[in-house]
Amino acid sequence: MKNILEARNLKTIRGGSLLVDVPGIVILEGETLSIIGPNGAGKTTLLQALSFLMKPSTGEILFRGKAVGAEQRILEYRRRLAMVFQEPLLFDTTVFGNVASGLKIRGLRGAEVRRIVEAQLERFGITPLRDRSARTLSGGEAQRVSLARAFAISPEILFLDEPFAALDPPTREAIVTDLERVLAETKTTTIMATHDRNEALRLSNRIAVMEGGRIAQVDRPAVVLNQPVDEFVASFVGMETILEGEVRDLTENAIIVRVNESEIEVAGRGNPGERMALCIRPENVTLSVPYRSARNVFRGRIMKITPLGFFLRVEISCGFPLVAYITIRGLEDLALQEGIEVSATLKASAIHAIHKDGREQANCTR
Amino acid sequence: MDILFEGIRQAFFLLVTFDPEVLGITWFSLKVSGTATLISVFLGMSIGTVVALTQFPGRKFVVSLINTGMALPPVVVGLFVTIFLWRNGPLGFLEILYTPAAMILAQAIIATPIVMGISLAAMQQLPKKLRLQVLGLGATRLQMVRILIREARLPLLAAVMAGFGGVISEVGASIMVGGNIKGYTRVLTTATVMETSRGNFDIAIALGLILLLFAFIINLVLTTVQQRERPR
Repeated sequence: MKNILEARNLKTIRGGSLLVDVPGIVILEGETLSIIGPNGAGKTTLLQALSFLMKPSTGEILFRGKAVGAEQRILEYRRRLAMVFQEPLLFDTTVFGNVASGLKIRGLRGAEVRRIVEAQLERFGITPLRDRSARTLSGGEAQRVSLARAFAISPEILFLDEPFAALDPPTREAIVTDLERVLAETKTTTIMATHDRNEALRLSNRIAVMEGGRIAQVDRPAVVLNQPVDEFVASFVGMETILEGEVRDLTENAIIVRVNESEIEVAGRGNPGERMALCIRPENVTLSVPYRSARNVFRGRIMKITPLGFFLRVEISCGFPLVAYITIRGLEDLALQEGIEVSATLKASAIHAIHKDGREQANCTR
Repeated sequence: MDILFEGIRQAFFLLVTFDPEVLGITWFSLKVSGTATLISVFLGMSIGTVVALTQFPGRKFVVSLINTGMALPPVVVGLFVTIFLWRNGPLGFLEILYTPAAMILAQAIIATPIVMGISLAAMQQLPKKLRLQVLGLGATRLQMVRILIREARLPLLAAVMAGFGGVISEVGASIMVGGNIKGYTRVLTTATVMETSRGNFDIAIALGLILLLFAFIINLVLTTVQQRERPR
């Protein structure tokens, strides 16, 4: 795949604080890249810098190899993009008028506008709303109109800034499904900012995790999810247990890491004495009663059980704090409750070890 | 109480028979205040829009100045316009004191800050991100301003109505710079003042009812605009 967009040495400084600091990022033609991170991580600012809606303080942006603002005029660059925000930001006119607005800005008129708009209305299932005033739409309908308006101009890059954050779960699900289908049809290069990692996992070819204006990691979803480069990324992608330890011993394919008084076997390499952070996903922890003695089985006490919809989150103290997810059925079968003793089993291959000594810098350009 | 009922009865008679004097004064009022409003819309809306959409040092000061201007007392405007237009005043050479032109000038000075202040607020009330959305759709700066003005069209209409309402009902400046000359510079308000002082309550009430009608229409539009919601 070819590069469509590349940013180099990008910095955005506002009011004396550095909001975005990205030494380099490349977006490939046809891919969907999600930028995830907590509120205030700089996702929106990065999106606005990349789309040139807010001129970056330093650095350059190359669109198909041409520097925007130098070899490529800013207006012409913007005319190849489309933007969808969290708020639909519709114009005070009909649905048709809204979807047509980008085309009219480009000087298109008449039958051609009608043809394109009607195709987009059809695509997002809003043809019956064609002549309705934008003021009378529900949140989900309005966001569909906003998406149709963006796709009407056949953008070469689509920027989405938390597009589903304000919608209720069923509406969000329906719109994400539609967008997924449309992206598969049009193969539009998409850059989406979101704080919802599940949305990102579902729609993206790659995920960039941002923290404090920097990109901590950018990679395929499975890699970001299972091999986070640091503790921040680990906690943001759902590694609920992160333990500090030190390598004690080596076996053939594994290392033994000492955490507090316990020894945990971890698949992978390392040197004795090396400090490590062990990341464990709660769904990879198996609980059982009674206690068995084996490697990577730890005896502990249930400190707290929290319901999480279909799962229950169980906090265990077993020489170190550990979080496990268990189904409601599992909880009933094992008769688990707060205060009782259980054993927790960890698979050595399901533990991700972050090397803390002389750790490689996160590679942001992939 | 008789004086009131008798006055109202005769006022209605004057109105339904299209009394030429009442009609003439009304028409002239509309012309003067309409022209003044047109000038104020041109100046107030353009400056208000620019101030709303740009950032510059001292912007807060300018906005407070505009807002102060919205409460400019007509008599003060009348006083200074009279001084400026006085035979040996700075603009005395124009020789327009006690002419409709002077009234239009004074009324435009009263209406401009009103239109400017409300236009400014109207443009500022648009969601901040709407500007980004418009630019994101590929608009040039000029296209963006046009689209934003269209989005704020109803609050901007309110600005026009408020400006017109302010000058059609003002009396101080009009009487000072116009002089209430019969058939030449006499408008609804100045005529009402004069007829009241002479005890001609029937004509005064008729003129007052016409003013009330204008006030009602203006407020009807303003209320409709205020009750309307923006799309999501």
